[in-house]
Amino acid sequence: MMLQVEHLKITFPHATGHFEAVKDFSLTVEEGQVIGIVGESGSGKSMTAHAIMGLLERKHIQVSGSIRFQGVELLELTRSQLRAYQGKELSIIFQEPMTSLNPTMKIGVQVEEALRIHTKMNAKERKARALEAMALAGLPNGEALYHQYPHQLSGGMRQRVMIAAALVLRPRLLIADEPTTALDVTIQAQILDTLKEIKRKEGIAILFISHDLGVIRALCHHVVVMQQGEIVEAGPIEQVFHHPQQEYTQRLIASRPTRTKLKAGGSHG
Amino acid sequence: MMKTLVKRGMLLIATLLLVTILAFVAFSIIPGDPTSSILGVEATGEQVAALRAKLGLDLPIWQRYLQWLGGLLTGNLGESYNYAMPVGQLLATCVTHTLTLAGLAFALIVVISLPLGIVAARYEGGVVDRVLTILNQITMSVPNFVAGILLVYLFGLVLHLFQPGAIVTPQAGWGPYLWYMLFPALAVALPRSAMTVKMLRGSILREMGQDYIRTAYSKGNSKTSALWRHVLRNAMIPVVTFLAMTVADIMAGSIVVEQVFGIPGLGKMLVTSIGNRDYPVVQAIVVLIATVVVVCNFAADLLYRVMDPRLRGR
Repeated sequence: MMLQVEHLKITFPHATGHFEAVKDFSLTVEEGQVIGIVGESGSGKSMTAHAIMGLLERKHIQVSGSIRFQGVELLELTRSQLRAYQGKELSIIFQEPMTSLNPTMKIGVQVEEALRIHTKMNAKERKARALEAMALAGLPNGEALYHQYPHQLSGGMRQRVMIAAALVLRPRLLIADEPTTALDVTIQAQILDTLKEIKRKEGIAILFISHDLGVIRALCHHVVVMQQGEIVEAGPIEQVFHHPQQEYTQRLIASRPTRTKLKAGGSHG
Repeated sequence: MMKTLVKRGMLLIATLLLVTILAFVAFSIIPGDPTSSILGVEATGEQVAALRAKLGLDLPIWQRYLQWLGGLLTGNLGESYNYAMPVGQLLATCVTHTLTLAGLAFALIVVISLPLGIVAARYEGGVVDRVLTILNQITMSVPNFVAGILLVYLFGLVLHLFQPGAIVTPQAGWGPYLWYMLFPALAVALPRSAMTVKMLRGSILREMGQDYIRTAYSKGNSKTSALWRHVLRNAMIPVVTFLAMTVADIMAGSIVVEQVFGIPGLGKMLVTSIGNRDYPVVQAIVVLIATVVVVCNFAADLLYRVMDPRLRGR
């Protein structure tokens, strides 16, 4: 078992006492497996992803339960021990490609940042690996992009840069937190194709988070359906998609936009 | 980038030209006549007319302006009415005093406020941050001349670190000269430093909450490396603009603080010359100060473009 999450509970202080964003979440991900988490806004799916990635502010947000990655309990690690996993074993791409890149830093520097932090590679080796990762992420003209800045790129290109940066150290698990929600439908399909390609070539495990069951179906083997911080349904994607057991899952399937409709903005999970 | 540079450069020249026109016209239309301050009120009509002709004041204003501008461009600032010596020579020491004071004050603002702003933001809510917030409030609300008086009292009269009223010139060597200028520069710098600390702290904290910082953490950056590698450059962009605008205040502040410390700089010369209607001196000082401010803003504009790639080519 590569990743095992058990009884994850995430609580943060709120105007009226404490708010339980995630109440009881358990999940296992095997090597190379692609698992989807689906749910509406506020169901706790992004919060779960950030918890696995170790991105929640420890000072304010309480995380309990267990997150074991390759046998190591991530919740018991110190911040600096956890940093050894971030960007190396675990990577994440976010929903907002427009703001997730540093506006004053060149693309190349941002793609190879994890190499600079985690390896002793020299500049030449880093660049070579960065260009490889960019090609894998669907950016064949990496050499030209290397010296450009984020504002010179479209949203889809920026998300590909994020993917390249996430993959540059060949992590075991990629968490994709609504990576296509902010993009328009055609770009969304292209990014999904790229992720499929990466899955095939690299054999990397992917935890794919979306509010759109159709998008999850295009990529994942298994799906977990979340509602208000709890898992309401889980199973192989085709089974859940064709024979949803819960009314909530049925509603998620029914509410998904068809390919002919342009989807309006994203939602935070 | 090159095109922008040329465009900005032209704008800079146009601005300076406008400043010369305003400086010239303003002092030509205010009431009062330089001849009466030179000859006294009992001078006869012929004496006044003769002096006006000698000073060139009988010519039409546009002709006088062009003459003066021509001189300015060739480095001839004209002759002082009162001191009967070339303005350039008259102002040389004053300019050195004031520009040294202003330059030192600017350097102090940078040296004081950047580290403090970074520390306050890095350890937000900590002891240092809270102490700084209180000190900032106090320093910001004290005008520079009051700070000057307090510094003269504390460091001059109580601690005897310098002798109030003594004049040191650059001929004494740069060490003693800068030491002499340190306390007045501190008086000019303190209120502005407080503002810069507050501004930088706010700017860093704002940037720390941006999405790209979350990305930086996800790659394994520590809070400190995220701050140095990602935040600082972005957070400095508004601060650079603020510092450039500060230059005008520093010049004005220097002129005021000079009076408190008894430094014979441009301030004293400006006030005396306005009283005497010594136009060539006043105009030269105004143009000089305006040039410093405009050139510093131009430099800031360029720096701004270097720091923020989104602005390049615009």
